[in-house]
Order: sequence, then structure tokens, then C-alpha cells
Amino acid sequence: MSLKRTDILICCGSGCVSAGSLKIKAKLIDELKKHDISDEINVIETGCMGPCDYGPVMMVYPEGVFYRNVSVDDVEELVDEHLLKGRPLKRLMMQDVDDKVYTKVSEIPFYKKQIKVALANCGYINPDKIEEYIALGGYEAIGKVLSEYSQQDTIDVVTKSGLRGRGGGGFPTGRKWQFCYDQKADYKYVICNADEGDPGAFMDRSILEGDPHRVLEGMMLAAYAIGAQKGYFYIRAEYPLAISRIKKAIVQAHELGLLGENIFGSNFCFDAEVRTGAGAFVCGEETALISSIEGRRGIPNAKPPFPAISGVWTSPTDVNNVETLADLSTIFTKGPDWFAGMGTETSKGTKVFALTGDVKNTGLVEVPMGVTLRELIFEVGGGIPNGKRFKAVQLGGPSGGCLTEDHLDTKIDYESLKAAGAMVGSGGVIVMNEDNCMVNIAKFFLEFTMEESCGKCIPCRVGLKQMYKIMERITSGNGKQGDIEELERLGKNICELSLCGLGQTAPNPVLSTIRYFRHEYESHINDKSCKTKVCLPLMHFFINKDKCIGCGLCSRKCPVSCILGSRDEKYFITQEDCIKCGNCMEVCPVSAISKIAGVGYKPIDDSDSIYG
Amino acid sequence: MYEKIFKKYSPEKENLIYILHDIQDSDPQNYVSEDAVQKVSEFLRIPISHIYGVLTFYTMYSTKPRGKNVIRLCESPPCFLKGSEKILIQLCEMLNVKVGETTEDGLFTVELCACLGICGNAPAMMINEDVYGDLTDEKLIKIINDIKRRA
Repeated sequence: MSLKRTDILICCGSGCVSAGSLKIKAKLIDELKKHDISDEINVIETGCMGPCDYGPVMMVYPEGVFYRNVSVDDVEELVDEHLLKGRPLKRLMMQDVDDKVYTKVSEIPFYKKQIKVALANCGYINPDKIEEYIALGGYEAIGKVLSEYSQQDTIDVVTKSGLRGRGGGGFPTGRKWQFCYDQKADYKYVICNADEGDPGAFMDRSILEGDPHRVLEGMMLAAYAIGAQKGYFYIRAEYPLAISRIKKAIVQAHELGLLGENIFGSNFCFDAEVRTGAGAFVCGEETALISSIEGRRGIPNAKPPFPAISGVWTSPTDVNNVETLADLSTIFTKGPDWFAGMGTETSKGTKVFALTGDVKNTGLVEVPMGVTLRELIFEVGGGIPNGKRFKAVQLGGPSGGCLTEDHLDTKIDYESLKAAGAMVGSGGVIVMNEDNCMVNIAKFFLEFTMEESCGKCIPCRVGLKQMYKIMERITSGNGKQGDIEELERLGKNICELSLCGLGQTAPNPVLSTIRYFRHEYESHINDKSCKTKVCLPLMHFFINKDKCIGCGLCSRKCPVSCILGSRDEKYFITQEDCIKCGNCMEVCPVSAISKIAGVGYKPIDDSDSIYG
Repeated sequence: MYEKIFKKYSPEKENLIYILHDIQDSDPQNYVSEDAVQKVSEFLRIPISHIYGVLTFYTMYSTKPRGKNVIRLCESPPCFLKGSEKILIQLCEMLNVKVGETTEDGLFTVELCACLGICGNAPAMMINEDVYGDLTDEKLIKIINDIKRRA
């Protein structure tokens, strides 16, 4: 066995793969061969390291150096300078606004407020090697539980930890397990819900790809507690890498006797398999998911009965989210008090968030519950790029709501966010700057849930469509008095009357934006004006004659020939014919063309616009 | 023709979704044909109507022939915020198709899809099982041309 002097960890989560990390790995291996140092250097593919916006990223140990935005063209210099000459490349390290270079991972602000439980191994181990998971304490928890704990003891530990479902429901995990355990049945099942469909959410994907054995071990702990013999990983078909990693993990666990009969010499027998979806967001709802596992359309059923009482093939079934399962092994190895020592009164432990949208550090983070939105967005997230102002943050995906600047000091926990009209949800956090139209964003989310509706119940199937029609009218300049009140009435009814969580929460983005951004709706309806100039029918392009040099470039680039004029007379846009393509503004050499709020049949002076 | 796929599964209704995935993936036109549905119905002993119910419910299946490379561009908010609309316009112009259509040479079909979970690298798309993120005009041209060259 040769001893390696250096470990190079290359992030191969789907985000970095999409940015080219596998090509970098291939080039690195070539370069090491070229210099005949392949035997000295370990090149390891890991799961997601977190800061997706800086991808592809890599870490080099033992120095603990973090490289960002690495490209294939950097590899030669990296090998030459760092690996051969011992001079890490400063130009590829993280820097802050004052040009301070962070030479070590531990110094980087993105990581400072994070405490990793579910993501503990992500970015550090090769997810294809069970040995690496075991080396970091993997399967100790299930070993301890099978040797020392009864089923009730196991449930009590989880109850004591305060763990709540991380998929969005926030239901106490210990209580769910208790319901399942209390059912007398020949067969029971555990399902890992990996049908993560919330736009802006990729927490579960990253955990499954980066540390599949952690989730498998969590499933085993759940299965032992409730008395289940079989587990299913229900994974979206859009996650092929996660599917293959879990399949491989199951095979490896079998090879070491960690799955199958008499695990660790106990009476506990358990096996797991992977089931995939086929592109239906509603299958994230547990009863729809169960229908899908049974080979049917993913249509939800009324609850009660809850799956804990009657689930897959009417057997008691515990459905847990990926992150919930990933938290379990640490709860047993470090103890429930350690986990409950973090967070707030009602929301214990840590939560993984996916930061996306208009924020500097998009990516995956794990912070203790109770951290404020301001800390999450501005300290961990690095704030809003390009000098723009923060406007709103959408939490909880299409089931959640938008919060404003006034809420930035709200602590993130289940109850606080619900009171403000949003929710923790699965952990998607979409940050928006001043250039975003909140009416348009709400319409976007509504379109998503409307299209994903299974169609079973009228409030959701018909109600969301009616709401969407109103939103379409508002954003196309045909809004009328009473529309806002109608949206509120419809939204409230749909929330109360829908069969499942999809319909019950779908109106939330509209209702929360009406609550906090009513003035934008009013401006769209009453003034036929979109102040952020996003809704094309409610804005127009305008040529400032004082700046125009009469070159005519805009007129030549206009696809509908609606720009008329001459060198002497200067140019103007015939607004009625304009299709708002924006070509003119793009090609103008003197920036004489700008976007103005309002329909534009006569020039509108927007000098007092608060949006500049 | 589908024997190889049927051998992998026991003839139970719960395997329907995976059998349909395998059939679609093995078809060069990336769809599930009427003939395939007939064979699946015989193998699993379930009505054809049930199979069509499942095929039309789940968005990843197609009952119509598609291109060899199915491009699924994410249209969800995080990708929209990072300019996915522009990428879509460029993609459709490059390939001379509308959303849902297949190119004349049968190489590409353009579809929109819900969140792919690559939001940290928005805007993003999948082509068959490969993911592509941080899309720009230049990147898009390179990706499409690379596939055309390999075809």
C-alpha cells in the first residue's frame, strides 16, 4: 500500500458536475501521470461542498486549501505550482470585497456560521466507498441501537431530540414513529421521501449524492424503531446520480451484512430498494407517493387514515424526508441533548437550506434553527450582488410565502415563519433583489402548482386555474377593481377546502405577496404600470432624444420596424407596434434607450420612481 | 422485443413505472409506443387504460416519438431569475423548433420542465441524463454542437 502525501477532494455534486468538475478530474489525473506523481496524490470525487456559485470547487489536504471557479485550463498550473512546488494558487482562493484572500477553508465566511449534521460528510468523503463512511463513524449508531436499545428506547431518543420532519411538514418525528410502532401488523414499511420537487430546493439531492450511507443508516434506525422489514427510497427520476448512488450503497451494505438477515447478530432483518418517480411534483405528498410506489397514478388520498396507520398496501408506513433520516445517526452518536441544544424552543437542531436567486453565495448551507434571515442571507449568503438592494425572500417553495426587509430579523423556526405568512418548508430560499416584480413571481409559483395539480379535487383543479387567470389579466394590463379581493377570497377557500398539501398551500405565494406588496398589485391594476418593468405589457422602451445621436442602429435592429426617425430628427419608437424584444436597448451605443414603467402610449416621467 | 426488459421484473403492477422507464429509454425515439403498451398490458395483466392513465399522468413519459436527445430546460423561478427565458429563446432559434417539437433531423426535442435541483448553477437543463448548469449563450452553442458532432 503506497502512502499518499496529498488528498485532492473534487466536488462532484450535480451542480459542480454541470459546471464541468468531471472534466477537471480527468485532466488532473492526466497531469499527475505526466509528472509521475499519481502514486503520491489521492484524487477523490466527493458530494456537494456547498458554495455552488463558485463551482467547480475543490479542497486540498493536509493544507486545507479551498479552490473556487476552477477550470480545466487551471489544472496544469495547479499541479505545477501547488503539488510540485508547494505554492498554493492564491488567485483561485476565495476573496472578500477588500481583496483579502482566504487561504484555508476554516477562514471562509460562507462556512463560519454553519454547523453540519445532515451534511457532515458531504464534500469530505467519496460517496461510492462505504469504508470512508465507516471510517468517520458510519453505522456506529445502528450498531449501538441494536445492541443496547429497545424499540421504545429508540423512539424516546428521537422524541427527546426534538427532531421535526425536514420535508416541510415539521411533524415531530418521534411522535410519527410512536404511531407506527403502536400499530400491530405483520408487515410495516419505511419510506424515504426523496421526491424533492420544490423549485429552488436541492438539499435532498445533495445529501443522497454526497452521503448515501448516512440516509440508509437513518432508514435502518427508523425501521428498527417501528418494526419494519422493508424500506423504499422513492427518488425523483430527474436525479439519476442520486438513484445510482443509493443503489450502490444498498449493494455495499448487503456485502458487509449491514442489510439482510440478523443485522449485527440481532433479530433485526431489513432490506431496502429504490423506487423512482416519473415527473410529478404531487408525488412528494405522502399518500400520492404511496400510490406511485404501488404502480398507480400519483393521486393523493384523504387523511385520515394517515400512512402511519395505513400506508403502502394498507400496512403501517413511516414516511420520512431525506434530511430527517440524515440527522438520525448523529442524534444517536452525539446524543439527543446535543441536538436539542441547538435551535429554538420549538425547533431544535440544524436545517439545510438551499440559497438561490439574487444572492452572492448560492449553494447549500446548514445552520442551527434560530439563525435570523439576515444572518442567513447577508452573512452566510454574502448579501445581494452587483450593488442591488434586497427586496424579498421566498421561503418554502411554492407552498411558502414571500417575506420583506421588515422580516430580516425574524428567527428561522417553524412557528415564527408561519406567523409571518411563510414557512420553513423543505429549505428552499429564493432571494430577490429590487429588479423583481412580486406579482410576476407569485404568478410563476401559481403556474407551477396549477400545472402540477393532480386534478382530483375541485378547489385545487379549478380554483388554482381561476386564480391564475386573474393573475394573467393583471400582468397583461387587464386587471380590474375587485381582482385583489377575488384572489384573496379564492385563495382562502382553496387553502381550506383542498384535499392535500399541494392545494392547501398553493395560494400562499399570491396571498403573501398581496399581504406585503399590495401596492404592486394596485399599480398593475390601477395605473397599468409595472414599476420594475418586468411585465412587458406594463412597461415600454423609450428613446431619450437628448442622448440619441441619430445613428439609426436601433431602427435597423428592430424586428418589426417600429422605430422611425432620422439623423437630424432623432429616433422614436411607435409604442403600439413594439413587441418589447429589447434589441434596440442592447445595440444603442450611447445608452439613449431605457425601460420605463407604464404602457407608454405617451412618455411617462418616472423620475420619482422609487426603483430608479 | 421487450423480453429483455420484462425478464428484469416480476409481473406485478407495482413495477409498471420502472418498466415504462426502461421501455422509453431503450427506444431511440424516447417514447412508449402503442405496441409497447399492448405488450406491457399482457405481461402485467392490467388494462391498457390503466397504463395510459399512468403514462399521461407522469410528465417524463411521452406517447409520441421524440428526438434522440431530449432537452429539458428548467423553467422554475430560480432559473427564471437567472435568465432561463433568454436561453429558451436562443435554444428554439438555434434548433428552429418550438417548445415540445422535435428537430427535422430527429436529433433534439425541446421541452420545459419543473425544477431539476441544480438551482445553485442556474439556469440549468438536462439532456437525457446529463446535467448542464450556468448556461450562457456561448455554452449552449458549444453543448449543442458537441452533441451534433458526436451523432
